[in-house]
Amino acid sequence: MRGKWMAWVAGGTLLAATWPVLAGSTGARALASEGNGRGAPPCQSCHGADGGGQEAAGFPRLAGLDAGYLAKQLADYAAGTRANAVMQPIARALSADERQAAAAYYSRLPVPMAPLPARPEATDGAGATLATRGRWSDRVPACEQCHGPGGVGVGAHFPPLAGQPAAYIAAQLKAWQQGTRRNDPLELMQHLSRALGAEDIEAVSRWFAAQPLPNGRSTP
Amino acid sequence: MNVRLSAVVLATFVLAACTGRTPIDAHATDAAPTPPAAAAQGTPAFAPPAEAAIPAGPYGDVVRLGREIFRHTRQNAPAYVGNGLNCVNCHLDAGRLADSSPLWGAYGMYPQYRKKNGHVNSYGERLQGCFMYSMNGKAPPLDDKVIVALETYSYWMAQGAPLGVKLPGAGYPKVPAPAKAPDYARGQAVFARDCALCHGADGQGQKVAGDYVFPPLWGPDSFNWGAGMHELDKAAAFIKANMPLGRGGMLNDQDAWDVAMFMDAHERPQDPRYGGDLAATRKAYHDTPMSLYGRRVNGRLLGSEPAR
Repeated sequence: MRGKWMAWVAGGTLLAATWPVLAGSTGARALASEGNGRGAPPCQSCHGADGGGQEAAGFPRLAGLDAGYLAKQLADYAAGTRANAVMQPIARALSADERQAAAAYYSRLPVPMAPLPARPEATDGAGATLATRGRWSDRVPACEQCHGPGGVGVGAHFPPLAGQPAAYIAAQLKAWQQGTRRNDPLELMQHLSRALGAEDIEAVSRWFAAQPLPNGRSTP
Repeated sequence: MNVRLSAVVLATFVLAACTGRTPIDAHATDAAPTPPAAAAQGTPAFAPPAEAAIPAGPYGDVVRLGREIFRHTRQNAPAYVGNGLNCVNCHLDAGRLADSSPLWGAYGMYPQYRKKNGHVNSYGERLQGCFMYSMNGKAPPLDDKVIVALETYSYWMAQGAPLGVKLPGAGYPKVPAPAKAPDYARGQAVFARDCALCHGADGQGQKVAGDYVFPPLWGPDSFNWGAGMHELDKAAAFIKANMPLGRGGMLNDQDAWDVAMFMDAHERPQDPRYGGDLAATRKAYHDTPMSLYGRRVNGRLLGSEPAR
């Protein structure tokens, strides 16, 4: 009797644990390809069917990014701590569950194959120096110190920079500088970005855009 | 920490604040040495040469090797490193940054008598101590290429600096004695608020592809009980000046002491000088209120169950 009861509890727990995930991924796939019909267009219209983003337009890759990071960004767009004319209305048109589902969906997509940059970035140029060594005289740590070697990303708070469009990275650095993006933990990015000049931003964005990511698996 | 210990600790903080010993050398577990010459006051900070000025040729090659050992110690000196740390974790900007115990501030202070081992230490022997304690590893022989390269890198960086002078920016700037004795629970709250982001909720750092990006602060992969950073004043000084990365000076003094106490009230690898008796090892090497080794905190006798 007791054993049977335990089996019911175990089965119910299993169902409860898996059900929302399955339901979420179905909903998320529709969100990605069709939108939600309540003002949120399909994610893929800008971020690509494979979630790889669009280099020329500066739309970032979402595939393989940390789910917690993506969900926080959507919540912050909705709350206005990350200002963006396109993404804020979209995030506000999504329910909290839809934001979570979309974040989980993209975190599980494999990193798409990216073409190798036509011209490899110099390893001793201004971009490489900022990325790997920083500029401590201005209290700017090396980007790699938090975003990981080559900018592959670390955990839920330090997203990958490697292979993201240069225009996207540069726009974020400017947004931190200008305070239109202020959703960074401990204000780390708002502080360090103030020490960067336009040429620094250009150089370091180009450097990270040219860094490879391991293909076919999610960000470590 | 019990009430009596807190009182002793606080009294010592007040005392330490009056002695004016500054700056702090974090690898040393003995008291800060008396500078052989008067500290330079009010002079502009020494600026090490630009890295681009490292010359080509065999001498420059060894300078560069030293720099790479310093930045990626686990990778470039694996035989002598026994934990997850690299020199650069506590000496930011490849050992160049003022108030982060820069190499240019240390090089010209040796040879020096150290209470830690009771004799005059060469700079090379001083570096050996870093490997034994902070890196929880083994001392490279003095003529090993690891020591020679680190010495060469330091010498190159210190060129033009006066000999035997405590330069502004050397060591870690001492934090004034706290108003309240450092407290574990307050430190835990500071840690959760300002440190866990990078070092993890459990203080074990964060890895990418099997290697640490953010270093572990206690436990088997961190510095051992013989390292200077296990002492509260040294840890508070490093933290206050340098943490979080790029936001040094963000914490107030009390927070810095509290979170240093929280970090240093966790188990870590045993002091390699441990002789089988915790109390005796404490008396011989850690007889200071700045060390929690051999003390009971939250019901746990620190050092009695070292991390492995």
